[in-house]
Amino acid sequence: MKPSHLIVTLALVAATLPAVAEEVVVYSARNEQLIKPLFDAYTRDTGIQVKYITDKEGPLMARLKAEGRNTPADVLLTVDAGNLWQASEEGLLRPIQSKTLQANVPAHLRDPDNEWFGLSVRARTLVYNTRRVKPGELATYEDLASPKWKGRLCLRTSKKVYNQSLVAMMITEYGEDKTEDMVRGWVNNLATSPFPDDTKALEAVAAGQCDVTLVNTYYFGRLMEKSPTLPLAIFWPNQNLKSKAAGVHVNISGAGVTRHAKNPAGAQKLIEWLSSDKAQNLYSDVNLEYPANPKIPADKTVQAWGGFKQNLINVKEAGSLQVKAVKLMDRAGYK
Amino acid sequence: MPVKPAVPLKAPSAGVFVWPRVNGWLVLALLVAALVLVPVVVTFSSFAHTENDTLAHLAEFVLPELLGNTLWLVVGVGIGVSVLGVSLAWLVAMCDFPGRRLFGWTLLLPLALPAYVTAFVAIGILDFTGPLQTALRDAYGPLTLPEIRSRGGVILVMSLALYPYVYLIAKNAFATQGAIALEVAQSLGLSRTQGFFRVALPMARPWIAAGLMLALMETLADFGTMAIFNYDTFTTAIYKAWYSLFSLPAAAQLASILILLVLVAVVFEQRSRMKMRYGAVGRSAASRRITLSPLMAGLAVLYASTVLAVAFIIPLIQLGLWAREVIADDLDSRYWAFASHSLLLAGMGALMVVAVALLLAYAGRQRPGPLMMWTQRLATIGYAFPGAVLAVGLFIPIAWLDNWLIDSGRIWFGFEGHHVLKGTLVVMLLAYLVRFLAVGFGAVDSGLHRITRNVDEAARNLGTGAAGLLTRVHLPMLRASLLTAAVLVFVDIMKEMPITLMTRPFGWDTLAIRVFEMTSEGEWERAALPSLAIVIAGIIPIILLTWRSAHSHG
Repeated sequence: MKPSHLIVTLALVAATLPAVAEEVVVYSARNEQLIKPLFDAYTRDTGIQVKYITDKEGPLMARLKAEGRNTPADVLLTVDAGNLWQASEEGLLRPIQSKTLQANVPAHLRDPDNEWFGLSVRARTLVYNTRRVKPGELATYEDLASPKWKGRLCLRTSKKVYNQSLVAMMITEYGEDKTEDMVRGWVNNLATSPFPDDTKALEAVAAGQCDVTLVNTYYFGRLMEKSPTLPLAIFWPNQNLKSKAAGVHVNISGAGVTRHAKNPAGAQKLIEWLSSDKAQNLYSDVNLEYPANPKIPADKTVQAWGGFKQNLINVKEAGSLQVKAVKLMDRAGYK
Repeated sequence: MPVKPAVPLKAPSAGVFVWPRVNGWLVLALLVAALVLVPVVVTFSSFAHTENDTLAHLAEFVLPELLGNTLWLVVGVGIGVSVLGVSLAWLVAMCDFPGRRLFGWTLLLPLALPAYVTAFVAIGILDFTGPLQTALRDAYGPLTLPEIRSRGGVILVMSLALYPYVYLIAKNAFATQGAIALEVAQSLGLSRTQGFFRVALPMARPWIAAGLMLALMETLADFGTMAIFNYDTFTTAIYKAWYSLFSLPAAAQLASILILLVLVAVVFEQRSRMKMRYGAVGRSAASRRITLSPLMAGLAVLYASTVLAVAFIIPLIQLGLWAREVIADDLDSRYWAFASHSLLLAGMGALMVVAVALLLAYAGRQRPGPLMMWTQRLATIGYAFPGAVLAVGLFIPIAWLDNWLIDSGRIWFGFEGHHVLKGTLVVMLLAYLVRFLAVGFGAVDSGLHRITRNVDEAARNLGTGAAGLLTRVHLPMLRASLLTAAVLVFVDIMKEMPITLMTRPFGWDTLAIRVFEMTSEGEWERAALPSLAIVIAGIIPIILLTWRSAHSHG
């Protein structure tokens, strides 16, 4: 055998050999700084390597779709139920039967068809200026549309999926017409044009540009860690309603096994591990989120904000109604 | 250089068979254009799936406003970058004032700063919650100031971020033609001001247009800055259709319309570019620079330093302050890998883009004509694409080809694998080529046009062949333009996000990807560290560029 033939043969053999160490491949829309500590811990725990690529959800899903059955990805990880719903809708995920996940993740935080599972909970709630608002004046998301908040409300842009999910959940409760009126009410009450992120909206409330805003709690946590003296406090809305819409709007970050996973068992094992006692705090605390697994207590900082009742409508509605919600917000002039 | 009297160009050999003659230059140019056309075709193929609901909704509630918005933005930024770019270029190239040499290169530095960084800093400082308004409120009570998060604000920020494209190309034009223009003007009895507006400016117009085109294409494709200002443009609607309304086809259809609009603009620009061929290379204008009165020199210094401060120094200081807060926690050994990946990709990408841009520009010089002209224009359309749409447009055919290769490999050779091309640096570099060819081409082509035909004729008369003409005559004369092109592309690749995100191999994270990771959850302060690293890495080639051009221009 000539040397060149030998090289070719060796290369072919090398290409066809299975990787020696087991590995699982993740496409993640959750930021690297939030997932890397977990994957490192998983490798320490199990010896299994985790390879990952981060990007936005849209490109990651387009990528999975284009790669089809030759995709290297075993797991898709995103930060919003709407995107997980969409991935499942596009046929990019596969159902998995897992007693562990059924037990660890509450029913409203996972796909009824078992294609994806929530791993952390993000609560979208009200934050107000403690010098200008008494907590007694606040009640519900719906109430922010009432004229008494005229010129006192700040909002993040409707282009952010968190607001789209919130409005989608309201559609499930009130229907499109009533929700649209409500969003119009919000827009009428705005003190200034919508902000590009939650932190900016919080700073505007602290500076007195407006009195109340709607944010995910971890942005509040982050800002208060940096500037603890800001006159801001959390209010949990919709706690006393009797309807389905009772409770704070929650969203998830979560994961599913890809349809064409090369290592579906490994993928399932990783997701199960992420929902377990070992990983839940590592997963949620790093970003001041709530663990999806209700048996696990949240970080101390987060616990200090007090307990609240969650809205129990399945988060998949955030996806199935997202398009309606976006169109509604466009019609209502919510930029 | 002694120039022999020009010999008229020989007409192309007459005959019926002009076409079948193997026209290597044209074939080469067509090949380059074909590569760029791949994502264009993928994008346009979205019209095969009609998403009437989504489009009807966008047409009714979203498009009317954003068309107005986009128009305002293009007009505003167009005027902004032209005024800033041309005035600064004229001052630096033609006038003597203290610090002229220093401003000459420092005024390029805003290029190293991504526009969304400038936007974020501007809003951070000037908005209601920023230090300026807070201090004023504390001192004078409630007050109403112009809103920074507004149309005016977004135009201002984009103009400050993008004027260097016009500045750089116009400065080179003035440096080589300005003095001659003024001499002509003076011999006609015009004042200096008249000379500028009536001779120098019209002569430089094709070059200004080339820079303007780059700035406007980048404006149209921008997403980050628009998102920070929450200013709805065509590009933000494209992302809305894709991310929010879950319709990639509708997004691609909107992108197709955007591309068509850019092509229309290109036709107009083409007209002005046609005039670029009477170039003249004077050597240095140094001896003939205008001496400014002390008052005017003072104003010139004030003007140039204000622009520099607002567009670069203040944002840089803010970045530095933010970076200082997080450096202890975030700067780890992996940064070396991020930085070296960035430098390596930007370096290789710049080399490749400049080489292809040179081929394309040179092909145009060898075989001018309408077909060549359109080939060149199409080959440089990638810069107007919203980044993520282009990334998908490239990824889909690559994945398709990859799947075909893998499946064939499996059937014929028992090959087991997930990718052949995808996730390799080759694909990344080709994607950068598609994206940034316009940037490299703009700089190289305008440089090539400044070399008169007389030079070619003279060299030919001295018995120099085509290859010799390129290597011995043109390349040395083009050195500054090639370097300019390389630096522009280098800096652009350092800042690029969507293509890098989508096509990078596992583990190939760069500085721009760090910026993405932090900004996508609104952690701007933590994004400052990688942003600062990008700026520092971008400054090095800009200094190199200036040093080299200072030495080659004498």
